[in-house]
Amino acid sequence: MLNFIQVLFDAAALGSLYALVALAIGLVFGIMRLINFAQGDYLTIGAYALVVPTASVTPPLLFGALPWPLMVAGVLATCIIVALLTERIAFRPLRNANPATLLISSFAVSYFLQHALMLVHTGRPKSIAMGSSLAQAIDIFGVRIPGVQLVTMTVTVSLLIGFVILLKKTAIGIQMRAAAENFQMARLLGVRANKVIAFGFALSGFLAGIVSLLLVAQTGTLDIKMGIMPVIFAFFATVIGGMGSLAGAALGGFLVGVTSVLLQAYLPPDLRAFRDAGVFALVILVLLVRPKGLIPSSASRERV
Amino acid sequence: MVLRLLKQAWPVLGLLLPLAVIVLLADQFGSISVERSVTEALIKIVTVVGLYIFIGNSGVVSFGHVSFMAIAAYATAWQTCCSALKPITMSGLPDFLRSHTYPVLPAGISAAILASIAAFVFGLILMRLSGIAASISTLAALFILNVVYSNWDKVTMGTASIVGLPTYVTPWLAFAVAGLAMVIAYLFQISSWGLALRATREDEVAARASGISVYWMRLAAFTLSGLVMGMAGVLHAHFLGTISVDTFFLSLTFITLTMLVVGGMRSLSGAVLGVVVISFVTDILRRMESGVSVSGQEIAIPAGSQEVVLAVVMLLVLIFRRDGLTKGREFAWPFARRQSISETKHGDA
Repeated sequence: MLNFIQVLFDAAALGSLYALVALAIGLVFGIMRLINFAQGDYLTIGAYALVVPTASVTPPLLFGALPWPLMVAGVLATCIIVALLTERIAFRPLRNANPATLLISSFAVSYFLQHALMLVHTGRPKSIAMGSSLAQAIDIFGVRIPGVQLVTMTVTVSLLIGFVILLKKTAIGIQMRAAAENFQMARLLGVRANKVIAFGFALSGFLAGIVSLLLVAQTGTLDIKMGIMPVIFAFFATVIGGMGSLAGAALGGFLVGVTSVLLQAYLPPDLRAFRDAGVFALVILVLLVRPKGLIPSSASRERV
Repeated sequence: MVLRLLKQAWPVLGLLLPLAVIVLLADQFGSISVERSVTEALIKIVTVVGLYIFIGNSGVVSFGHVSFMAIAAYATAWQTCCSALKPITMSGLPDFLRSHTYPVLPAGISAAILASIAAFVFGLILMRLSGIAASISTLAALFILNVVYSNWDKVTMGTASIVGLPTYVTPWLAFAVAGLAMVIAYLFQISSWGLALRATREDEVAARASGISVYWMRLAAFTLSGLVMGMAGVLHAHFLGTISVDTFFLSLTFITLTMLVVGGMRSLSGAVLGVVVISFVTDILRRMESGVSVSGQEIAIPAGSQEVVLAVVMLLVLIFRRDGLTKGREFAWPFARRQSISETKHGDA
């Protein structure tokens, strides 16, 4: 029983992480029909901003050396700036392209960022001593929960609440929802396209920064490819949840994380290695049964 | 009569002739490294033409096609590779593979057919989806195959490389297979099925209304492109003599898609031209990465520049010339005007 509760906590923590990435992808997709693969590279760049670019395996700290509020601000700012730059340079000229072209272009942006980062930091994985206080487990009724997991869940829940307030109550949030509903109509009614889209990218950069900090605190390593798997899972999560639906993205992220941990815990040992294949098969299955995802939104309709 | 045939076959011939000249030059005068680069590019042509058969005709971007290369590459490796080590390293193989070695030709053909069967089976499921959902599920398929082949240790040796495949691929063989792939692609695209599929690409609703089954047309193209991808996989395996799962993953997907997009994904000429242009650029960059001497000084650009430049080229093409270099047209018959005049004369007489 205790073991089961432990597994549940693992599942919830991983699910929260994926939910955050999925939320970022869902935000941008809702507004401009772009599935942003580069989301993963935003978070990799955010994580690498913690250290000075060298070839060393244990590099000296850059933002990581600052007191933690400044460090968090530094990483977030880096991610937001990178996200805004990619929007301005690569995605804005392609705004009216069809989703397939946009998908390919985000692939290209991701490839570019990844290898540009490799030019600066070299390709070898690095280790970084950070958040060691977070790594200590906390004992609650006999269940040992790593501090990072608690932080992850708390951050996710408060961010989700924050997002709901932002989207429902503030002017820019309402404009974003309007743009996601019907972009043309929203523009006719005076919503400024550039502003709304840039804001969407800034938010996705913000989320990438948060996730990169949580990931580094969890693993203590930096890797050029560290963003790929979270973003792939999150990407499938948005599909499962319903493209363009933010609630769906968060739900999908949660489901993918939970499924992944449960499969890991309860599959027979021989099959455990194939866990991820199970998660990916789930994506195809959901698409077949509900092509529009679990929580369909108007965005999932193809625009004629 | 001959002229008409020639004219009809021109989109393929017009591509094959310059390629033949390049292969001939590389074969006669090129160094070994040039010859290898040319062979590699020819194999890429098979790959990208395979992608084109599905993506170009249907307009649905697929990220999963390199999995079919992997399937064929492994299938041919199981049949031809390392008879002494196979029973130990790949103990999970069925007996007819584990303790027998087959000649390369039937092995290659059966491997390509296996890839097309796999494409058919995946297609049965994937082609029920349309638009962006279809693209995403092909990506999911790529990941599924990667996970399975990376962990199926007893059969695929996991992520380790299988080494010691017979390397029989010469530039001329690669050229012949590339020609075959182009002929297959061209015949499909001018066939009634190909035309129907292209109609669904232009306007799915109108095509459906005209009685075209989008599902079956796409499935046919998917299966056929699986076959060509399989041919590419076999060539790849027997060119390098070694295969591993991770060569058939995101990087290869990205490079081949870049080639298709840069050339223009809506025409066969675009697919081939894209490979030629991108292969040329990457080959030069690769040589520069390993260092060139300019007026006595050794200059090398940092490793990774190749990928950065590729990504930039891809983005520039997407932004400024969305239909690719060929703008989706085939190579035109160069003597069109004279031909039309002589035809009218015939008509008058």
